[in-house]
Amino acid sequence: MAILVDKETRAIVQGITGSQGTFHTQLMLDYGTKIVAGVTPGRGGTEANGIPVFDTVKEAASQFKANASIIFVPAPFAKDAVLEAIDANLNPVVVITDGIPVKDEIQIMEVARLKGTTVIGPNTPGIITPGQCKLGIMPGHIFKQGSVGVVSRSGTLTYEIASSLTSAGLGQSTCLGIGGDPVVGLNFADVLEMFRKDPQTKSIAMIGEIGGNAEEMAAEYVKKMKYPKPIASYVAGRAAPPGKRMGHAGAIIMGKTGTAETKIEALRSAGVKVALKPGEIAGLLK
Amino acid sequence: MTFRLCVNLGGTLADSPLSIPEKSGPRGRTGYLKIARADSSDTHITRNELDLAQLQTHALQFMNLESYLITTLKQSRRLDSRVRRRFRLKLFEYEAKEIAQQYGVPIPNGLVASSPQEAKECFLKINQPSMVKAQVLVAGRGKAGGIKPASTVDEAFGVAKNILSMTVKGEKVSKVLVEQRLASKHERYVSIVVDRSSRCYTLLCSTEGGVDIEQIADQHPEKIIRHKINPLFGLQEFESRWVAKQLGYFGKQMSQLASIINRLFQIMLDFDAELVESNPLIETETGELVAADLRILLDDNSLFRHTKFLERMKTFEPDMTPLEIKAREKGLAYVELGGNVGIIGNGAGLVMATLDMILDYRGAPANFCDLGGGADEERIAAALEIVLANPKAKVLLINIMGGITRCDNVARAILNIQKRMGISKPIVIRLVGTNEDEGRKILSDANIPSLNTMEDAAAKAVEIVSKVK
Repeated sequence: MAILVDKETRAIVQGITGSQGTFHTQLMLDYGTKIVAGVTPGRGGTEANGIPVFDTVKEAASQFKANASIIFVPAPFAKDAVLEAIDANLNPVVVITDGIPVKDEIQIMEVARLKGTTVIGPNTPGIITPGQCKLGIMPGHIFKQGSVGVVSRSGTLTYEIASSLTSAGLGQSTCLGIGGDPVVGLNFADVLEMFRKDPQTKSIAMIGEIGGNAEEMAAEYVKKMKYPKPIASYVAGRAAPPGKRMGHAGAIIMGKTGTAETKIEALRSAGVKVALKPGEIAGLLK
Repeated sequence: MTFRLCVNLGGTLADSPLSIPEKSGPRGRTGYLKIARADSSDTHITRNELDLAQLQTHALQFMNLESYLITTLKQSRRLDSRVRRRFRLKLFEYEAKEIAQQYGVPIPNGLVASSPQEAKECFLKINQPSMVKAQVLVAGRGKAGGIKPASTVDEAFGVAKNILSMTVKGEKVSKVLVEQRLASKHERYVSIVVDRSSRCYTLLCSTEGGVDIEQIADQHPEKIIRHKINPLFGLQEFESRWVAKQLGYFGKQMSQLASIINRLFQIMLDFDAELVESNPLIETETGELVAADLRILLDDNSLFRHTKFLERMKTFEPDMTPLEIKAREKGLAYVELGGNVGIIGNGAGLVMATLDMILDYRGAPANFCDLGGGADEERIAAALEIVLANPKAKVLLINIMGGITRCDNVARAILNIQKRMGISKPIVIRLVGTNEDEGRKILSDANIPSLNTMEDAAAKAVEIVSKVK
């Protein structure tokens, strides 16, 4: 067990012929991920990394019984690519692309919600279930199989914490980045709920940062659910001054949330242990 | 246990809050205050930018309570969005109003002028008592004297001459908007904003428009109508009518307000805006509804669809330093923070964590600088050049957690740059991750030490800087 991806995951890579797509497809294959096909419109019938390339997701998915997608398509075409993956019943859909317009993200997430598709990202390092499946751009070697679920808004900071967990002898069930954009498919609470139901996951590391209110919402969820598994958290950005909001509207909609202090306070009051250095997370979970 | 109180102004330590130097902020006597208890991690950052006297009072309050580390933070800019390389493109008021006019949103009769002579001509065309408004992107122009009335042609000339010679918070005024002065009976508030936690656009309306709208939202949340907009179908006419009704309008005025709201939403969609805000939207003596002020922020990620605004990206943020502008041109996320420990890292979260750690070790970060993923030598060189060019940075801390970024590449880049430009400032390097053994070897062969953990590197950097005068 793990969440969202495992040995059974058969993924297609959208944007496989681009430089990022090709490079990371190879690394995912090297990790043992079942990448069954690639899609680049107009390049159907060719091969990339020894993987057959198709013009459309539907063809690729039906021919190879794919059940997940990872997307490296450039931002201007990303909305089309995600909607195509959702339409072909692929789930989850991992969107690595950054710089997607927020209007497109809002529409993508609504379609995904209606269809029941899990979108990871956009602007995420992806997801990894150590030893089974890596759908993302993270360095595979720093992860180890185990029982800590890791959820994060960041990239390299996640690697930092995962590798410190690994060297402390704490392996991971699944690690995923929810994405750094304002509008993303999963929030912390969604992922905490998945980890709650996953028997392999015994404890959780949650890595937040300033901006938005995903951490505050997670704290509310933890309190409401009387969350049964221990959670340790780190919030980056205590040294950052509070920023200007988006007009008055930004302040009205956010209320008093968004700073590292409000997040840490909310998490602590929900019983989450908060580490003040990334390296302390492992100690809090031991 | 002994405690220590110090006021840390980006590197200059003062012994007491009262010795906070006058120039504690980028714009002079303003700043934020960060207060941390010396014996724990509890920190407190003032929410608003404070002036010198407020900073001192605030710091004193905390001094009486045992001991705190007090840091004024010199930046008032949005680090959380900037580190994510997200910039919102602000439109000038006159640009926003031109768009509004195209979409049939009623606005005051107005014209733009770049010289006092032009302002005079604008006044003659409008032929009514007017307001002369500085066209700047920074907020707070009213308080800075950038909005003044003019009742005669000569007054229009004089006022425009005065405003056009002004600099508002570092931004030079190059245009003024000469606009018909409208007597308002009521000030309303209407905005549409991206609501990230609900993953949709949300319409916000209130009968209590004006400068105090945030306070009203805080103290009387029931006075703000919040209406979530369907992401796929958009805002329907009946929804706008319902909202107008909630604001107490009926009959012709209800229809007029509903139509204004719908048109503002159309602007939001067509221009990929993250915010369209009219505050105030006024009701005139004769009952007409007019968007007296209008603010539009565009989503920079959408500019491939709005290419005419692309050029603006380089210059639109008026309070950027020359190094920040240079970094922006090179595609680096770089923000100056006023301290003396220069920082480079890969990944926004990791760099923020590094800043936090520097502060925890009682140091002061000089900057935020994110290389991003898979940085090549050229990019690393650009980052080094920019961070080292900041005279305030007395030591450089490089924190690399190699994922896509390969440690050997980073090591080679550092050596090459050292050969090419010569680095006179001390450097502390933390290098782990992909190809770390190779990277370490390259550095140690050149007699450059590198460290294993962030903690060690941060402590070392702060130690070095404390010895540098």
